Amino acid sequence: MMTLSETAVAGPSFELTEEQRMLQDMVRDFATSTLAPRAAAYDRSCEFPHDNVKEMAELGLLGVTVPDTYGGAGMDTLAYTIVIEEIAKACASTAVIAAVQNSLVNFPLMKFGTEEQKKKYLPKLASGELIGAYSLTEPGSGSDAVAMQTRVRKEGNKYILNGTKVFVTNATGAELFIVYATLDPELKSKGVCAFIIEKNYPGFSVGRHEEMMGVRASGTSELILDNCEVPLENLLGTEGEGFKIALATLDVGRLGIAAQAIGIAQACLDYSLGYAQERKQFGKAIATFQLIQNKLVEMAVNIDAARMLLWRAAWLRERGQNFTKEASMAKLFASETAMKAGIEAVQVLGGYGYTKDYPVERYFRDAKITQIYEGTAEVQKIVIARHLTNPA
Amino acid sequence: MNIVVCLKQVPDTETRIRIKDDAGKGIVRENVKFIISPFDEFALEEALRLKEKLGGQVIALSLGPDRAKDALRTALAVGADKAVHVNDGGLAGTDSLGVARTLAAAIRKLDHDVVLFGKKGVGLDRGQVPAQVAQILGLPFAGQATEITVSDDGKSATVDREIEGGRERFEVPLPAVISREKSANELRHAALKGIMAAKSKPIQAFTLADLGLDAAALQPKVLVSKMEYPTERTAGRVLQGDAATAARELVRLLHEEAKVI
Repeated sequence: MMTLSETAVAGPSFELTEEQRMLQDMVRDFATSTLAPRAAAYDRSCEFPHDNVKEMAELGLLGVTVPDTYGGAGMDTLAYTIVIEEIAKACASTAVIAAVQNSLVNFPLMKFGTEEQKKKYLPKLASGELIGAYSLTEPGSGSDAVAMQTRVRKEGNKYILNGTKVFVTNATGAELFIVYATLDPELKSKGVCAFIIEKNYPGFSVGRHEEMMGVRASGTSELILDNCEVPLENLLGTEGEGFKIALATLDVGRLGIAAQAIGIAQACLDYSLGYAQERKQFGKAIATFQLIQNKLVEMAVNIDAARMLLWRAAWLRERGQNFTKEASMAKLFASETAMKAGIEAVQVLGGYGYTKDYPVERYFRDAKITQIYEGTAEVQKIVIARHLTNPA
Repeated sequence: MNIVVCLKQVPDTETRIRIKDDAGKGIVRENVKFIISPFDEFALEEALRLKEKLGGQVIALSLGPDRAKDALRTALAVGADKAVHVNDGGLAGTDSLGVARTLAAAIRKLDHDVVLFGKKGVGLDRGQVPAQVAQILGLPFAGQATEITVSDDGKSATVDREIEGGRERFEVPLPAVISREKSANELRHAALKGIMAAKSKPIQAFTLADLGLDAAALQPKVLVSKMEYPTERTAGRVLQGDAATAARELVRLLHEEAKVI
C-alpha cells in the first residue's frame, strides 16, 4: 500500500509515523483493557487512581516527551496528544492526571529548569516515582492570574511563601508542585515567580478536596502555604520570570486539554453510534433515523476537525514555531466539540443515557471542565482575538 | 537460551469477516486490521519470560507480506532482540506444509534452543504448522503447553499440557519445538522506551531464494474449495400460557421436534 509520504504530495501529511501508530495501538489497548473498566468506580468514589497512575508510569506514559537522557521516552508533541486522547476515551480523570504531569510539570522543568533541577526531578517524574501538580489559580484569581495574592519573600537562604491555591489537579496524589507566588502584587506580571515545592517542605499542606461535577478522580484540592520554606535553588527560572513560564506552560498544556476533549468526544461518538445501531424503535434501529444520524454526523465532523486543529498545533510546536494561537484554537474548538458531543450522546441514549448504568452521563459531566480549565473558552477567544488584531 | 518465536498475523478477532465474492475460496483482506494471533502472543510472552529467567535472546520470526513487519516491530517493542521477516510473493496461496517448510528453512539459519509457536493461528484454526516444522527439522515436538520449565543445564525442558480430567507432563531434550496453549500471562504492553528502541533493532529479511527454496515446490497440496458463513441462528420461541402448560409444551417440543429427550 502506498503511503502519503511516498506519493510526494506537497503539504501536510495526515499519516502517523510507525512509532506513533504503535504508541496509539498500545495506549488504546491499555486504556480499553485496564482504565475503562475502573472509570465508573473512580468517578463515584473520587479517589485518586493510584493503580492507574502506577501502570501508566510503568509504560512510560508520564514522561512522553522527556528526553531519554533524563529517563523519558523522548517522543514528540503529536505522540503526547495521542497518549492523552486515548486515555481520555477511557477515563477523563486519568487523562488529566497524565496531561498535568507531562505538560504542566515536566515541560516547565525541561524548558526553564537548571541542569541540577532537571537531573534531580525529571528522571523521577518520567518514571512516575514522583507525581507532579501545577498551581496557579487562587480563590480570587482565575483568568486574571496576575492578580494572585500568594506572596513570596526571600529570607536568608530560603524563600518563604504564604497564601492559598485552589483547583490544583493531582494535588492529593502529588509529591512535587510547581507553585506561583508574587514578590509584590503591585509589580503585576513582573512580580510573579515560579517554585518547585516538595510536599514535605515545612509550611506546605494539601487542603480541602473538591468534590466536582466531572474529572472527579483527578485529586483536585486546595494548597495551603503557611510560611512555606523553599530552598533558593528551587526557584524555577529567575525572579519575576514566573508569568512568562506560566504562559509558555499553558500553551503546551492546552494541547493536552484539547486532546482530552477529543478523547471524551470520541468516546461519546463511539458509544452512541454503537447504541444507535442496536436500539430499535418503530421496528428499526434508531441509527437509521435521519435525526439521529444528524447528531452522529455532527459529532464525527467536529471531532475530526478538532483533531486536525490539534495536530497542526503540535506540528507547529515540533517545528519550533509559535503555536499560541493554534493551541488556543484547538483547545477552544475541541472543548466545545466535547461538550456538544456529551449533550448529544445522552440524547441519543434517551432515558438510559441519563442513568449511571451507561457511561455517557459521565462523558457529559467530564466534558464541561475542558471549557474551563487551563484557560476558559472566553480566555481562548481573547488569545485568538489578540493574535488576529495584532499579528506578529 | 536462544528462543525463536514464530508469529502469524491474523485478522483482528473483532473483524466482521467477509468471504470473497468470486469463488468463495478466501476472505476479503482490504480494510481488515491484522494483529498477532492471540496464541502467538502467549508464546511471545512465554519467550520473554524464559529469556528473563535464563538469559539469551528472543528472535521473532514471521512469514507474510509487508504488513507482517508490524507484528515484528511489536515483538521488538515488547523486548524481542531481533526479528526475521520471510517475505516473498511466491508464498502467496501456499498451504500449511509450505509455510512449515519455509519457516523450518529460516529456523535452520538461526540459533535456536527452543522454537515457540501459539498452538494455532486464530481464524483458520488448523494448528498444523508447529508439528510440521518439528518434523521437518527432526526436533521433538510438545504441543498445547500450559507450562514450560527449562532444566538448569539448559539441555532439556519439562512441558505440561492439559488433558481430559488431568495433566500430562513431557520431558523433551532441547532444541525442541513447543506450541503454547493460552495463558494467564497476557502479552505485556510495549512501554514507550521499548517502542523507541524497536526502531534501532534489526529486522532481517529473507526471500525464498535466500532460504534455498523454490516457489514451485511450495505450491499448495491442500486446496480450499469453498468457504461458507455459519448458518444464521433462528429466533427463539416463547411458549405461552401458565407455567404448567408451558412446561408440558416444552417437554413435548423437546421430545417430538428437537428429539433431545
